[in-house]
Amino acid sequence: MMENTFILSTVVENKPGVLFRVANMFRRRGFNIDSISVGPIEENGLSKMTITIYGDRDVAEQTVKQMSKLIDVVKVQVFDYEDTVQRELALIKIQFSSNKSLSELTNYCSIFRNRVIDVSPGSMIVEVTGTPEKIDAFIDIVSGYGIKEMARTGITALQRGTKK
Amino acid sequence: MSKISGSQALLEGLWNEGVRVVFGLPGGAIMPVYDALLDSEIRHILARHEQSAAHMADGYARASGRPGVCIATSGPGATNLVTGIATAFADSSPIIAITGQVATPTIGKDSFQECDIVGIVTPVTKYAFQPMQPQEIPLVVKKAFKIASTGRPGPVLIDLPRDIQINVADMNVPKKVDIRGYNPHITPHPVQIKKAADLLLNSDKPIIWSGGGVIISNAATLLREVAEFLMAPVVTSLIGKGGFPENHPLSLGPIGMHGRPEANKTICEADCILAVGVRFSDRSTGRFDEFGKDARIIHIDIDPAELGKNKKVELPIVSDVGIALKSLIASMKRKIVKKDKTLWQKRVQEIKSQIREGDFGSGNGIYQSQIVKKIRELLPSNGILTTEVGKNQMWGELYYQVIEPRTWITSTGLGTMGFGFPAAIGAKVAKPDVPVVDLAGDGSFRMTENSLSTCMAEDIPVIVVILNNSTLGMVEQWQRLFYDRRYSGVKLGNIPDFVKLVEAYGAQGLHAQSIKEFEKAFKEAIISDVTTVIDCPVSPEEDVFPFVPPGRGLNEVLFDSEGQK
Ligand SMILES: Cc1ncc(C[n+]2csc(CCOP(=O)(O)OP(=O)(O)O)c2C)c(N)n1
Repeated sequence: MMENTFILSTVVENKPGVLFRVANMFRRRGFNIDSISVGPIEENGLSKMTITIYGDRDVAEQTVKQMSKLIDVVKVQVFDYEDTVQRELALIKIQFSSNKSLSELTNYCSIFRNRVIDVSPGSMIVEVTGTPEKIDAFIDIVSGYGIKEMARTGITALQRGTKK
Repeated sequence: MSKISGSQALLEGLWNEGVRVVFGLPGGAIMPVYDALLDSEIRHILARHEQSAAHMADGYARASGRPGVCIATSGPGATNLVTGIATAFADSSPIIAITGQVATPTIGKDSFQECDIVGIVTPVTKYAFQPMQPQEIPLVVKKAFKIASTGRPGPVLIDLPRDIQINVADMNVPKKVDIRGYNPHITPHPVQIKKAADLLLNSDKPIIWSGGGVIISNAATLLREVAEFLMAPVVTSLIGKGGFPENHPLSLGPIGMHGRPEANKTICEADCILAVGVRFSDRSTGRFDEFGKDARIIHIDIDPAELGKNKKVELPIVSDVGIALKSLIASMKRKIVKKDKTLWQKRVQEIKSQIREGDFGSGNGIYQSQIVKKIRELLPSNGILTTEVGKNQMWGELYYQVIEPRTWITSTGLGTMGFGFPAAIGAKVAKPDVPVVDLAGDGSFRMTENSLSTCMAEDIPVIVVILNNSTLGMVEQWQRLFYDRRYSGVKLGNIPDFVKLVEAYGAQGLHAQSIKEFEKAFKEAIISDVTTVIDCPVSPEEDVFPFVPPGRGLNEVLFDSEGQK
């Protein structure tokens, strides 16, 4: 699956309306955004927008070109998934019915190096940071206990190595 | 530095960009700008509907090559512009649309005549600005003109809240603008040009396909040089008519759904296509997978996103068309080996000689093609023809030979009925010394006919030729061909007496029942100094052929309604 996932690493103006323009372009061309994360970067008035898309290489190429056409988009790079280091953060609220389940869950958390950040009667909130695959794997394991709620940030990524 | 109002800053900015005329219609949220217009030397031309104001600006831009400007108030004024903006966007025409907006403290409060015009036009503009401080205006105007007129041109909107039109500020007028996300790439990669020269010279059967980009880039002369050097036939897209003189021996006319049959046939036989300033529109290419399937394709365009968008090509070149053609000529001239192309030229002549116009078309002797040819005969080569949309446009496409660039103005990408008349007015304002004619259908003309008031009040004489078939003809033709003659919603019935109608506006109305009468009327119209409308009753049964049905390849041409190929 991952060979058809591309990561667009873009630098955009940090001002109102930019996300709208980007989202609008995707909608108009019928491309789908798998995940998106945005945050300011060190350079003046700019943000980094990391977008993952799923599709063939032609779609990726066309997406890059259409992104580059947007005046508020200063720079666009597209990476194959494997050429990047990715991190994502998830907050997962898991329910448990017994102390046994609680200790099993705590155990899984330590294997995955997750942090338990809240425990209430019958449920706990876990913070998971890592690659999207790691988060998926953790969700797989604990889903049997019952996931009550979950929030994922979407991928943020940088290209490997010294190329900039 | 002295303090001036936002409105004054806007008008000064326009003036500095060379704007001497704007088209518009006022309302509450744009009144400060209209007040400042009274003290400005910029001419304001009052439209009777904002859609027409936008088309006028568009016609002005296409005829002159300079951005056209239109102005409207907030809310309904702004939304009325949208069709005109979308039309300009689809055909890469540089217009600047200025809209009033409610005052900044009331934005987002669903105030009276508030409308999110920036949100609405974002998909159909190159950019939309909404400055929030008067001192931003000079920079915004400069950026707007730069964006609209460079790279692949297109519309830009400036939405001005009412309070910033009024408020005064120290205005810092920038000399140069730098937009960090906008740097159109205009020079070709030399290796790609060398490859293109090799491909073309070593091909047996090259053809040039010339589009709107050639006209926008003012590259008609260079294109002609390439064609004559290669002795290659030239076809165009619908919007590309005029990028190569259609009375030139190498010209085959436009390709596409209603293209010339010799053009469609020849491009199917070519082994190398030089596609210049085109975007591979489905109306031009027919089925994408059939198009050029036996040819090696070189595609030159300034918009990288057009390369490979609809069709993968062997050699994509991102560049301004003119600059690329110049280096292509230089590169070809340096080569010595050049394949002999006389066999191909013979074949092209053969194809041409097989096309006999009497063999296609139906109805009473293809009368409408005669009218169109008569217009060409009587109009000087720099005379401008605009069209509406429908059969009228297709008759023009097939039979009107465009000789000079910027003398054929038609809505191709969006296909907007009602475009031709106001666009003719805009073109006439840009070129007051040449005759300007709108080739119209009665359905389209009625959409913007109230622009007759603008012609009369502002003394802008244009000519309208109405091919009056009392139907929405093009749709009717499709119903005849593809819906088993089940006519639905196409009979216009109860059409007005056009002569009386235009006379009511104070314009001149003439009737022409025959080609002889038409000739007389048109000669009268050309020398007349008031707008003249010639009503030509024509048979609704006279269909436009040849015709490549939608979804077919260009080699599947229908020559008449019997399905004769
Ligand atoms: C604004 C708009 N509405 C509808 C259409 C769809 N349409 C395309 S051609 C046509 C008929 C045009 O009729 P007319 O102007 O009388 O020209 P004719 O085809 O009869 O020459 C219509 C309705 C359109 N292109 N534009």
